[in-house]
Amino acid sequence: MKTQELERVSASLPSRSLITLTINGAERQLEIAPWTTLLDALREYVGLTGTKKGCDHGQCGACTVLVDGKSINSCLTLAIMKDGADITTIEGLARGNALHPLQQAFIEHDALQCGYCTPGQICSAVALINEGRAKTENDIRELMSGNICRCGAYPNILAAIQQVMQAGERNVKP
Amino acid sequence: MTTSYIGQPLSRVDGRAKVTGQAKYAGEYNVPNLAYGFVVSSPIAKGRIKKIDASEALSLEGVVQVFTHENAPRTVWLDRSYRDEVAATGFPFYPLKDDEVIFSGQPVALVVAGNFELARYAASLVHVEYKPERHATDLNEKRDQAYKPQTREHIEPPPKPRGNPDEAFANAAVQLEAEYSLPIEHHNPMEPFATTVVWEGDGKLTVYEKTQGPQNNQQYICKVFGLSDDGVRLLSPYVGGAFGSGLRPQYQLFLAVMAARELKRSVRVSLTRQQMFTLGHRPQTLQRVALGAATDGSLEALIHEAFAETSQFEDYTENVVNWSGELYRCENVKLGYTVAQLDLNTPCDMRAPGAAWGLFALESAMDELSYKLGMDPLELRLRNYADKDLNNDKPFSSKELRECYRQGAERFGWARRTPEPRSMRDGESLIGWGLATGVWEAMQLTASAKAVLTADGKLTVSSATADIGTGTYTIMTQIAAETLGLPIEEVTFKLGDSTLPKAPVEGGSFTAATVGSAVRAVCEGVREKLFTLARNVKNSPIAGVKLEDVTFAGGYLRLHSDPSRGVSIRDAMRHGEVGSIEEEKSVLPNMLEQSRYTRHSHSAVFAEVKVDEDLGTIEVARVVSAVACGRILNPKTARSQIMGGIVWGIGMALEEVSVIDQKFGRFMNHNLAEYHVPVNADVHDIDVIFVEEHDSIVNPLGVKGVGELGIVGTAAAIANAVFHATAKRIRGLPITLDKLI
Repeated sequence: MKTQELERVSASLPSRSLITLTINGAERQLEIAPWTTLLDALREYVGLTGTKKGCDHGQCGACTVLVDGKSINSCLTLAIMKDGADITTIEGLARGNALHPLQQAFIEHDALQCGYCTPGQICSAVALINEGRAKTENDIRELMSGNICRCGAYPNILAAIQQVMQAGERNVKP
Repeated sequence: MTTSYIGQPLSRVDGRAKVTGQAKYAGEYNVPNLAYGFVVSSPIAKGRIKKIDASEALSLEGVVQVFTHENAPRTVWLDRSYRDEVAATGFPFYPLKDDEVIFSGQPVALVVAGNFELARYAASLVHVEYKPERHATDLNEKRDQAYKPQTREHIEPPPKPRGNPDEAFANAAVQLEAEYSLPIEHHNPMEPFATTVVWEGDGKLTVYEKTQGPQNNQQYICKVFGLSDDGVRLLSPYVGGAFGSGLRPQYQLFLAVMAARELKRSVRVSLTRQQMFTLGHRPQTLQRVALGAATDGSLEALIHEAFAETSQFEDYTENVVNWSGELYRCENVKLGYTVAQLDLNTPCDMRAPGAAWGLFALESAMDELSYKLGMDPLELRLRNYADKDLNNDKPFSSKELRECYRQGAERFGWARRTPEPRSMRDGESLIGWGLATGVWEAMQLTASAKAVLTADGKLTVSSATADIGTGTYTIMTQIAAETLGLPIEEVTFKLGDSTLPKAPVEGGSFTAATVGSAVRAVCEGVREKLFTLARNVKNSPIAGVKLEDVTFAGGYLRLHSDPSRGVSIRDAMRHGEVGSIEEEKSVLPNMLEQSRYTRHSHSAVFAEVKVDEDLGTIEVARVVSAVACGRILNPKTARSQIMGGIVWGIGMALEEVSVIDQKFGRFMNHNLAEYHVPVNADVHDIDVIFVEEHDSIVNPLGVKGVGELGIVGTAAAIANAVFHATAKRIRGLPITLDKLI
């Protein structure tokens, strides 16, 4: 599209919309451009930088958050598409000082090194357990394969998730 | 209460910050009035910029400035001044210098705007006209232009040949000669490079940076922009992986500092994943190995030559071949290393630089030779086991490689292997078992550390090193806590701050030895002061004894002979009316003693692959790696380091390659969907064995480092297993399925 055409199309769009997101239990109103991703909205406009940008293309999983309980790549989602949604990020998993069982298990099993993919790994794992589809080790490996860990902590990530699953903590609430 | 922490599998002290999202990385400091920079990258590999038109970008409301070579401020003029602590020999690239383009993806403009989305959009409106010139990005076409590169600090060039290698090879009863081809790889840490420069108002800068060396990058900024040392503070408390890519300052740092100074405003520049492929990379390397052996397997000739790429502006070198002259006992050895210049960015150290490539070739060749000899590949290695480094005619400071082979083989079940290729199956799958050896250096450099013990019994130790996921925070806390006998909760270790005591970049697996020794020494200094205070306490039970007769444990100084008698650290300080004890120490390696030995860590890697014969898919079902790397400070984090290296070995063997379209001189698969790294489903059982190894030469702690060793040899073990499964020898990595069917 030529620049002029783009400008014409852009001119017909509202430059900013008012949306409401419930983030980690707190309602937030945001005035946001239609092209701002949910990831950038969280990191740059809400100040919740726990959700990470690894590729901005839905290829690495570092930006995984829970929207109405389901895990999504927040970099592939425009913030305005989620007006009214309930969003849980890594910052919303612990209850005060008490870590979420997966957070605790990740520490115990050393399922992290640099820590950059960790929030996305944990959010994916929360959804994985809640969905209840993973029955075997290989199921977990497969279903966690949308989250890249360049440090290579995969066996420890598997062990951490298994521990929480075996503890029977079904519905490990976001 | 025990305060023995060294050797204990403690959980990472920074774990909580990382699992709760509280750990902040360089691009996550949202300071007031922050401007966002977005880089415009060159689509051509070589040529000149004819014209840059930024008017359209600048016409958008909210765009602050567009920096190009035409309006960029002058920085220091001498090219040499851009050399950092890890620079290769030559003249480093820096952005917006002039109209010349020297590699594809080179930054040619920086758009700065009030928000990220606007900066990104405006960058698409910067119109650049180029005058392309012919580029050369194919190493194969440069074979006739190979030359011996200039040397680089800490990288030994190959030794002179010994014996009569060519003649010995020609006369050997059994000969193996092969070429191995290794592609370009990119580090791809999960966190893209980013810098947030905070304009402090008085011209001073606080720089949040992704780096393995906060002082290296701070010094670079001071030198390049002519700033005083106290005018720039650089912080990097958390680094989202680096693997070597953070050893040198990357161009977003220069751009962010330049923009902040020009605009007198805080600026962040983050690179995109695509732009991560414009940074340094593991160099493409072609290798020839020729092995001559007697029929009993004794090596009679060993020739190993490597030919690698470098850029047009720096001679990047790494140690690819030297390992081959010391790993096995052989009297006739020739090692060679040459490079040729391509129109790409300078290569960059990447996890186990040199060794990762060199040991793939050597250990593949040893496997090939074992089949020619009809000998078990493990037996062949034991037959040629080197008890001495023949490259340098020196003994090893310690070398438990024989024990690595033994324990690894036993755990893996190597004795149950049937030697014939294609002889093992599991249902439809072909099974293959392979092994290889790994080696890396045990280095120690100079570092300083500071310790502050306050009257409430809390200890803070600091040094300007880094933790890129390696566990530095944790092991330094352990060393400090144990040395002073304090509960670990009372001890904090600080790093990632250029104002802390001097430390080198974190790399080469030398941080545990280097910074660990400084932490140990500074805490020993505090011990001495505490001891003096404790002796002077009224009726002190340790009044008449020597420091050696006292144990520091559980917050007390206690008598060895009667641990029930002692003085608490708090009491000692209170009685002495001391509010805090401060110590700072710099520790140099004992070079005189160390130079008499070759100091290496070793491993034996065993791999099992399952190959689907119809589809050519390969699963690495099991890896057992037995490693001897001196004392293990923390088996939990050390295991993670070795395991991560093994995962990298899987990627190297089966997945990773940066593909150049030679027509454009550009990396085509510059994203994580097309540049494949291992995912969870690619990784199965990994078993790490720490073989006991005592070494009092390498450093007082006896540690050798664990960051690099895990990757070395792993890809060869996998490739050897693939041969055992399929009878197909793949000498070019990665072993993708098209090469098997």
